[in-house]
Amino acid sequence: MQTFFTDEQLQDPGLARSNEILRNCVHCGFCTATCPTYQVLGDELDSPRGRIYLIKDMLENDRPADEKTVKHIDRCLSCLACMTTCPSGVHYMHLVDHAREYIEQTYRRPLMDRLLRWTLSKIIPYPGRFRLALLGAKIGRPLAVLMPDARLKAMLAMAPKTIPPVSRNDDPQVFPAIGERKKRVALMTGCAQKALNTDINDATIRLLRRLGCEVVVARGQGCCGALTHHMGKVDESHASAARNIRAWKAEMDGDGLDAIVINTSGCGTTVKDYGHMFRNEPLAGEAAAVSGLAMDVSELLMQLDLPEGDDKHLTVAYHAACSLQHGQKIKTYPKDLLKRAGFKVVEPADSHLCCGSAGTYNLLQPEISAKLKDRKVRTLEAKTPDVIAAGNIGCMMQIGGGTEVPVVHTVELIDWATGGPRPSALDAGG
Amino acid sequence: MTEVLDTDYDNRIIRVQTGRTNISVTGAVEEDGFFYAPDPSSQLACAIAGNIAMNSGGAHCLKYGVTTNNLLGVTMVLMDGTVVEIGGAHLDNAGYDLLGLICGSEGQLGVVTEATLRILRKPEGARPVLIGYDSNEVAGQCVSDIIKAGVLPVAIEFMDRPCIRATEAFAHAGYPDCEALLIVEVEGSDAEIDAQLGVISQIARKHNPVELRESRSAEESARIWLGRKSAFGAMGQINDYMCLDGTIPVSALPRVLRRIGEMSKDYGLDVGNVFHAGDGNMHPLILFNANTPGDLEKCEAFGADILKLCVEVGGCLTGEHGVGIEKRDLMGTQFSDEDMVVQMRVKDVFDPDWLLNPAKVFPLSASESHRAAQSEVAA
Repeated sequence: MQTFFTDEQLQDPGLARSNEILRNCVHCGFCTATCPTYQVLGDELDSPRGRIYLIKDMLENDRPADEKTVKHIDRCLSCLACMTTCPSGVHYMHLVDHAREYIEQTYRRPLMDRLLRWTLSKIIPYPGRFRLALLGAKIGRPLAVLMPDARLKAMLAMAPKTIPPVSRNDDPQVFPAIGERKKRVALMTGCAQKALNTDINDATIRLLRRLGCEVVVARGQGCCGALTHHMGKVDESHASAARNIRAWKAEMDGDGLDAIVINTSGCGTTVKDYGHMFRNEPLAGEAAAVSGLAMDVSELLMQLDLPEGDDKHLTVAYHAACSLQHGQKIKTYPKDLLKRAGFKVVEPADSHLCCGSAGTYNLLQPEISAKLKDRKVRTLEAKTPDVIAAGNIGCMMQIGGGTEVPVVHTVELIDWATGGPRPSALDAGG
Repeated sequence: MTEVLDTDYDNRIIRVQTGRTNISVTGAVEEDGFFYAPDPSSQLACAIAGNIAMNSGGAHCLKYGVTTNNLLGVTMVLMDGTVVEIGGAHLDNAGYDLLGLICGSEGQLGVVTEATLRILRKPEGARPVLIGYDSNEVAGQCVSDIIKAGVLPVAIEFMDRPCIRATEAFAHAGYPDCEALLIVEVEGSDAEIDAQLGVISQIARKHNPVELRESRSAEESARIWLGRKSAFGAMGQINDYMCLDGTIPVSALPRVLRRIGEMSKDYGLDVGNVFHAGDGNMHPLILFNANTPGDLEKCEAFGADILKLCVEVGGCLTGEHGVGIEKRDLMGTQFSDEDMVVQMRVKDVFDPDWLLNPAKVFPLSASESHRAAQSEVAA
């Protein structure tokens, strides 16, 4: 489409990139067809095309973000279904990331909004603080009805019933491969995930070792920065990312790495984008190298010799996390792996639609998120599965909050099928 | 406004609210082995209401017809709030064929809120053949010969060299680098498909193709269609484009393509042609740079010349996108003043105050003078 940036504006690398993206858009509107918020709200401004026009107008005119623009950009899940659908290759992710950064710099949010965002950004990426907050929320849950703000209610309601003890597996260390070492990989242990569920990393480590990987938990790695990145808080997200880049680069330069494995696909999408995030900074080279090695755990498993399993007589409904199917374009691997391990795999209708979790979206936009959750749970349950599997902790928490069907991470099932313990969720749930 | 109201497989009909997207009509019945035939390229996003307003076609309309051939009835709200039922769940109508009038009326007569559509049993299978030629004339001749031979493919798609090159660069579908590419798809059981593809290939061979590739599997079919389906996106990667929509007699294809090529040089703007060759619906894509001052105006003038050419060779101004605002000033090349007055008098009946899409379809000068004359009569 036509854009109206001045030559001077285009000197700014962020604007130059956004201009490039906007110029690819032919405003055909295909994106509206698969956008979850457009499905729920039916307002063009809550579709990718509408948001693209809002962003374009805001950036071209060099004006501070206004309330209306912020409202519609905030409602975007960043599920990136639009990028899967777009026939013209519009990189919506980089555009909306730029818009969020611009909003953070030019718009003063209402006090409550600022407070909530600040609190989330200071708690969730820090497992110790998050664990304490979860405990607090658990105790405070009965008070949820008294909360004046829907978002606070959502936060209290989201707290899980049980909070696992700290897993020492998440500490920096090296787990030797079992048998011959085929690969040396770094496992990103994440931040929120290890406070909410320690089974996933435990299962990943067991499984990868069994398949011949030496697994390193690198010293200094932590939150990937996605949470603050999606709030437009550039300094904080880049600081988190830089810590990870240095931690993994040290391993790459030391004993070497064949892959950086990520089992939370929301983080995977961000780590794979480090190269872009740092493209104009001194860490550019290192960031690109790290992004180049980043892999979802399902990608790595496809490279290893996963033994074929007997029929488990268990129907698994596979929920495709948006960050996996749209963000990283990994659609078939998890299903192929589950089938290979001996499970019957079914998929819900409209599997391209987001479950509404989307990082902190379920906390900041509880109404829209709840509608998407209901849809997702309804379509999953329609397949009458024994268990639901997903590759992202956010989706697991979101869907788990709406169904009695047990929800596990894909690697937990594969670990079980290849000699690991039966996932505890299978006995706890329905 | 997106609900399915009724499905009746015995009589092969579905009744939907018209905000439902085209593709989700098929989505509602495909598990039971049925489909809705009109399939405009935008079927993922376009609504049935818009399909009715524009009488949309699609790649498969050669065999199944356009929207009007698959529309049985509508519920329409008139400008004064009256709700009328037009047509119904039957093939023929008592009284005037108002349905034919509504379909393609570009939202100027009323608001269609519900529609009864014909659904069809899904064929057992479908497979395309890809045929490449070194000249547009020969490809055009091949299309005529296929139709003359009595084979009825579901689709005959045509792409010219600029389009082939653009899609190859973008989608890597493995197309040959040639002047003209045809994708001909047939349906039926495996044996029927083989027989039809056999006839088509035989005809195609007579014209010395540079490439002839019959699909043997679902993967090969998907690969053959991949480039065609990515064509618009691929052109968008090169530059901004304006997508035209006009219809010509198939026999005029070589002449029209030659003229478009000459005009392209005159205007200094590249153009790629994607074409539903089966029914003569052309979609020339004129490339321009929206950020270059004057380019858009040049592009619009070029587009108008192409549409005039369509009319000149015996075709018409629109295949499936309608007239709207873009082509309203070209209506005079297709219709006499008297023709247009008759059409406008139909609008007077449904919408006496001209409140529904008043600025569309007719040249503003024509509709304004018509309305002035009407109000004088009323006074």
